[in-house]
Amino acid sequence: MSMVLHQFRYDQKAFWRNPASVFFTVAFPVVLLLIFATVFNGQTIEVDGGVEITAYYVPAIITLAVISATMQSLAMSLVIAREDGRLKRGRGTPMPAWVFIAGRVGNSIVVALLMLAVISLLGRVLYDVPIPWAELPAILVTLAIGAAAFSCLGIALTAAIPSQDAAAPIVNALLLPLYFLSGVFIPDDELPSGVIEFANHFPIRDFFQAFFTAYLPGGDSGLDWGNLAVVAIWGIAGLLLAIRFFRWTPRSG
Amino acid sequence: MPEPVISIKGLRKSYGDTEAVRGIDLEVDRGEIFACLGPNGAGKTTTVEILEGYRKRSGGEVAVLGVDPERAKREWRQRIGIVLQSCRLDPYLTVRESLDLYAGYYSHPRPVAEVLELVGLGGKADERTGKLSGGQQRRLDVGMALVGDPELLFLDEPTTGFDPGARRQAWEAIAGLRELGKTVFLTTHYMDEAQHLADRVAIIADGEVVARGAPEELGDRDSQPTVITYRGPEGEVSLSTTTPVETLNELTGRALAEGFELEGLEVKRPSLEDVYLQLTDRGNGKVEEGARQA
Repeated sequence: MSMVLHQFRYDQKAFWRNPASVFFTVAFPVVLLLIFATVFNGQTIEVDGGVEITAYYVPAIITLAVISATMQSLAMSLVIAREDGRLKRGRGTPMPAWVFIAGRVGNSIVVALLMLAVISLLGRVLYDVPIPWAELPAILVTLAIGAAAFSCLGIALTAAIPSQDAAAPIVNALLLPLYFLSGVFIPDDELPSGVIEFANHFPIRDFFQAFFTAYLPGGDSGLDWGNLAVVAIWGIAGLLLAIRFFRWTPRSG
Repeated sequence: MPEPVISIKGLRKSYGDTEAVRGIDLEVDRGEIFACLGPNGAGKTTTVEILEGYRKRSGGEVAVLGVDPERAKREWRQRIGIVLQSCRLDPYLTVRESLDLYAGYYSHPRPVAEVLELVGLGGKADERTGKLSGGQQRRLDVGMALVGDPELLFLDEPTTGFDPGARRQAWEAIAGLRELGKTVFLTTHYMDEAQHLADRVAIIADGEVVARGAPEELGDRDSQPTVITYRGPEGEVSLSTTTPVETLNELTGRALAEGFELEGLEVKRPSLEDVYLQLTDRGNGKVEEGARQA
């Protein structure tokens, strides 16, 4: 266990010193929140009996930030480390494989929690979106299930990425359209029902709905077990694929 | 008799229909630097990666520190250090952090400050690894293999692609391992590297050992003919002789008597390079030129 903390410490150092990971995982969601909330400020969305658009975008962008800190960040950084030969080198030491993975996933979850705090705070300070303190347990449970599931999916995805150059295009080609179709960028009520139906086949939509339910204060909010179960099943499928297909050695050479 | 550190008997490895390693026998003793020398594609990396436990063999017996690498556990990994043929280090960690990170994987690591001195990176400890030169990165790589204080180190082509200065520095770091009493198994396709570093060399070509021994004895270099070349009245002449003193005496006597000059006179013993090229079937035509320049 102390070795996991050891690994985690160095993963944190490397993460915060890498401009690309800081930009895509930390700065990008903040910028998106500022753009969407500023452009559409004052509008109301026909969801759950009508919510302020800013109150819609705060949980939407947290959803994106969690997926970015886990699935996107893991898929990209693990492929880079694999092709650099660093994963293979690590396997040549007495460090057990699970320690390495636990360190990386721990790093992702800590960043996801940080992003929860940052986006919530910005929403509160800039757009008066209340922080739903009463819902905190539901928010944390939802985030934990989502972060775990999308971490597994990110690790599984590395098996489909052949090279460092292919990492960013493959990950973005997969995630960006789904953010749009799942209502993360464009509010639910602006999307045709066919689009939502399509997006329902993928876990981003389920996680977004679960997180939205948890984050919305009062009413029938709380834990959305139906959608969370779907997210968890995706996560387990990802885990099984990762166990079967994850590789430590470079694809090239 | 002490047990050899590495013992290989009849090692074979096939990839599909091609046999990369076809029956290699080797023994490496404690405390020696052993070089596996051969051209690219000879089966060196396959062999070393079988010894490191990265690849499964198709046949034969292998024992590394008395253990079959295919069944090795974490305790075994405590005792070996590995430098891969190509590995980029994490560019965002410093030299010291990279060593600290690896030290944390072992139960009895060597002090990081000591390792920094051993690989000559004391002055670069707080530099990010991404800012190091190729030679410095390789020395850090050796340091990371050394920080667990292993008994045995594997170095797969430690200086490939280096400029002469960087090679010299890497060599110094590797030669320093001998003083620490480490056993080193290295692969290389540079003859001078094997000659400079190794106590014993095995030349591998096409998946087989074609020669073995101390660098100076390889391929019966001692008993091979000496070649004398010069330009005389009859043009370019090349003589091969096992009695060079006699031949030279005759030659100079004739030159004095007949009054001609032996222009460009050279007396050459076969170099390790000649032996190597001859053994690895590259001793003729264009291939030889390519190999010499490589």
